[in-house]
Amino acid sequence: MKFSRRIIGLASAVGVACAVTAGTASAQEDKITVRSIPIGNLKVLDPIWTTAYITRNHAYMVWDTLFATDADGAIQPQMVDSWETSDDGLTWTFTLRDGLKWHDGAPVTAEDCVASIKRWGARDGMGQTLMDFTDSVEAVDDKTFKLVLNEPVGFVLDAFGKIDSNVPFMMPKRIAETDPNEQIEEIIGSGPFRFVADEWVPGSEVVYEKFEDYVPRDEPPSLAAGGKVVHIDRVESVYMPDAGVAMAALGSGEVDLHESPPTELLPMVEGNPDVTLAPNDPLGYQLFMVINHLNPPFDNKAARQALQWGTKQSDYMATIVGNPDRWQECGAMYGCGTSSESHAGEEPVLTLDVERAKTLLEEAGYDGSPIILMDPADNSTLHPAALVAAQSLRRIGLTVEVQAMDWSTLTQRRASKASVGEGGWNVFVTNSTIAGISNPLIHSFAKNCDKAWYGWPCEEKVPDLIRNWALESNSDTRAELVDQIQELNYQNVTYIPLGQYRPVVAYRKEIQDVIPSPSLFYWGLKKSTD
Amino acid sequence: MAVHEIVEDDAAPRQGQSRRGIWRQLRRHTTVVVGAAILSLIVLLTLIGPWLAVHDPLTIDPLNRMAAPSAQHIFGTDAFGRDLFSRTIHGGRISLTVGLVVGVAASVIGLGLGLISGYSRIADAILMRVMDGLMSIPTILLAIALMAVTRASVYTVIFAITIVELPRVVRLVRSVVLTIREQAFIEAATISGTRFWKVLIRHILPNTVAPMTVQATYICAAAILIESLLSFLGAGTPPEIPSWGNIMAEGRSYFQLAPWIILIPGTVLAVTVLAINLMGDGLRDMLDPRLANQV
Amino acid sequence: MTIYIIRRLLATIPVLLIVAVVVFSILYLAPGDPAAIIAGDQATVSQVEDIRRNLGLDRPFHEQFLNWLGDIVRGDFGQSIFSNRPVIDLFLQRLEPTLALALTTTIITILLAVPLGVVAAWKAGSWIDRLVMSFAVVGFSFPVFVIGYILIYVFSITLGLLPVQGYRSLEDGFLPFISHLILPSLALAMSFMALVARITRASVLEVLAQDHIRTARSKGLTTGKLLFSHALPNAAVPIVTIIGVGIAILLGGVVVTESVFAIPGVGRLVVDAILARDYPIIQGVLLIFSGVYVALNLLLDILYTFLDPRIQY
Repeated sequence: MKFSRRIIGLASAVGVACAVTAGTASAQEDKITVRSIPIGNLKVLDPIWTTAYITRNHAYMVWDTLFATDADGAIQPQMVDSWETSDDGLTWTFTLRDGLKWHDGAPVTAEDCVASIKRWGARDGMGQTLMDFTDSVEAVDDKTFKLVLNEPVGFVLDAFGKIDSNVPFMMPKRIAETDPNEQIEEIIGSGPFRFVADEWVPGSEVVYEKFEDYVPRDEPPSLAAGGKVVHIDRVESVYMPDAGVAMAALGSGEVDLHESPPTELLPMVEGNPDVTLAPNDPLGYQLFMVINHLNPPFDNKAARQALQWGTKQSDYMATIVGNPDRWQECGAMYGCGTSSESHAGEEPVLTLDVERAKTLLEEAGYDGSPIILMDPADNSTLHPAALVAAQSLRRIGLTVEVQAMDWSTLTQRRASKASVGEGGWNVFVTNSTIAGISNPLIHSFAKNCDKAWYGWPCEEKVPDLIRNWALESNSDTRAELVDQIQELNYQNVTYIPLGQYRPVVAYRKEIQDVIPSPSLFYWGLKKSTD
Repeated sequence: MAVHEIVEDDAAPRQGQSRRGIWRQLRRHTTVVVGAAILSLIVLLTLIGPWLAVHDPLTIDPLNRMAAPSAQHIFGTDAFGRDLFSRTIHGGRISLTVGLVVGVAASVIGLGLGLISGYSRIADAILMRVMDGLMSIPTILLAIALMAVTRASVYTVIFAITIVELPRVVRLVRSVVLTIREQAFIEAATISGTRFWKVLIRHILPNTVAPMTVQATYICAAAILIESLLSFLGAGTPPEIPSWGNIMAEGRSYFQLAPWIILIPGTVLAVTVLAINLMGDGLRDMLDPRLANQV
Repeated sequence: MTIYIIRRLLATIPVLLIVAVVVFSILYLAPGDPAAIIAGDQATVSQVEDIRRNLGLDRPFHEQFLNWLGDIVRGDFGQSIFSNRPVIDLFLQRLEPTLALALTTTIITILLAVPLGVVAAWKAGSWIDRLVMSFAVVGFSFPVFVIGYILIYVFSITLGLLPVQGYRSLEDGFLPFISHLILPSLALAMSFMALVARITRASVLEVLAQDHIRTARSKGLTTGKLLFSHALPNAAVPIVTIIGVGIAILLGGVVVTESVFAIPGVGRLVVDAILARDYPIIQGVLLIFSGVYVALNLLLDILYTFLDPRIQY
């Protein structure tokens, strides 16, 4: 009997423990809490160290920006109150708004901003380009700082107000002085929410609370610009590894909002009267195929053109998105619906011509050796895309070896310039927000050859054209330059766009006024508590 | 998954069965027959399956996603419109191969290591510490960690599961060897000058056959389950290969929209594991009547 | 006795050392590059190199191992590569849900499986016995995640009785706490119960065949009293053993269950870490897990001396 008595003892001990703690249950009822499912697992908290979108989204809660992009794509001041440019266009003077405070209570100073700009300028692609044209950034007084350029470039505000990673978020000087290659330790910003460090469970839950001392602008919110008025007290962002369970949790009301419900699972909530589906980003994403220009057969332009003629965007879109209301074929390198949208040279990108592709392959002297296609099998969007790619490559007569790996391994292997036999690769499919590729300067393939993004395409004339674009401020001339850049890229088959799709955000009926944006913002939105 | 752990303590060394006896036993032990029958049916299906299945297991059909079971797709289709029947049949080959190869490999390697361990004190001290170390890490975690080292392939899955299952076989064989070594007839054999390997072949090996066979069936069943768990966690067979685990892993998100993607392969897997376990139980009762009344 | 315990304690050192070597070396050989993952999607090759150097991932094997082991002995399990937080903090933060899950599962198992096993033994050969044993065989034939999804589908989605996912701490009240734990514990208990029921039946059967039970029976003891105050205590050693072994299996099953039910426990911590190649977490947690297993076995061995006075040291 000894044995069973012990068990009973244990069980009653648990019972007592339960009764005691039940009495002290903490009351959060008077607070308005939004429980939401983020776009992914937040692993890194430093938005300058990583370009991961999940970190960018987190950063918009905690930190604020000097300028911000509004819903029309225009750049509006955010932390900046006023600014002026000298007649030669070289000296920019910025003055900060009144009442800006860090979460630890200290006032935001021009010194803080200068340090933040420097750290961002050391890591971000557009930031690095801006720094190339910059002679100095200096604080003038507590609230004013000065940027002195060596050439009058036209993209200063575009850089400060960019919405894609890395966004130049303003941090306190002591934090911004962290080595750009190391992560910051302290999560203190001047944004509308505070990061609650002791409630963070990495890999599971991130908690933010309203920053009471935040002073919003007077303008209505518009994308990342305008007044960031917060109507809720607390955001609990819960990452769930199982997409089906996450959707079920939204359906049953265990969470209020799902930032990126997978399109193929939307039928689970589409008939549910308590759940609203809304497009969250008017531009959406571009899916694209990255080609390694170093390894045969795709070191040969004709073979790359064969790939171009051999792909059909609708194959990809129908498989990874499904619902035709949520995707479109788009031949524009910088995205459809952006100011850099161009249709120059798009025919081969949009047309499927299997015979032509086969002829081109023959011309390129393809010897039947297997094409290494990397498949990020843990990624719910890119894994199906890789399967479609395998099928379309086989269709034009290529031998394909699909190498499955997790996304993290792919991010390592894609950096390899080795030949196929030594761990190298030929193609993979990935995606980007349109906001992140919406002009020649911030596009993944803005640089050339060795300096280029993975795949290392070489088109000698492109860098000069991009430089001209950056220096140009006349929009007609810019459009002509974009046409030329795009045409060159398509002739050379730098990479292949595979279609544009718009994800949605899903939320319970208690939630209203969600700002449509590629990064979900928790200001502006309301939650009714009845 | 852990049934086989029961065996090692109870497995007593004994002399081999006579052939006539086995057939008489077979009739008496219906579990072996039932288990074997179900298993044969599944094996047969996976072998002739490719001729039964009209669809290719890999071809994607975006217009026919998550179709419910129908005359055209008797198991329905998955989230990419691939035919689930063809995939399940194809997956059976992978999963059964993993089970079989792990069962055999773990037994053979385990036998070797167990014998070494039973005979050499130094080797025993080292080997047993290593085995204790391996056993102290939860099975699934050790297997995923091993999978993380190697590039995902069917071979590495087999390798990882074999390593994880190995300690139990080694301990089993070692205990048999140690028991027998103490027994008088071996002492007698050694004294009479019979060489080591003769003792091995005449006395040790026959005594390990029975418990090892039982153990191997349990390992086979465990391997099929572990493969499915590894694939489910994203650390198993490469995803483009439709093992049962992968089919279910890909179907996990859709359990509410298309429950058949996970339930059908899941049930087939469970029936297979059940059949193998039944065979194991039956074999143990048959080969070791002393235990027949017990478990 | 004390000498025996000390000897057992010392014997755990080489085992743990071997675990340390195994854990460290398998991960050292892993192909995924944490530097590339941390650097992010748009990073250049030289950015990746910088990060690798900063994290010390470019140093030779033995150097990395000795540094690591030295730190572990001092109780420092290092920092997560991604979140930059001490591994031990991350572990402790995740411990409560896992302990709660393991404990509820064990309680459910013991409360259901032990009586089932006893009844099956008592009615050996009857339909009740067959039913219990069939359940036992079916119980460990289904992968735990399939059972999990069936439970969610039936009890959460269709019937709307229990939450789909998540974990609530006891601080939020007993009802939310237990309602979030029922389904994952049941899913996890299924294979565990099968195991315990089988062993209980076997052990009780063996005891029932022994002389002193026959004597007790002949003295006219009631069946219930006979089973639960004579047979069961005598069958306790194998049952406790299997529960001990089972807890190790439970730790493995927890990994899968936590991922299905979105429970922020240790299992998910380590699986996420493995998939993301967050080396310090994997190494630390695997080492702690095997330490727990070794300690548990030690405890069980000691427990035997109390449960079974026949065992002498």
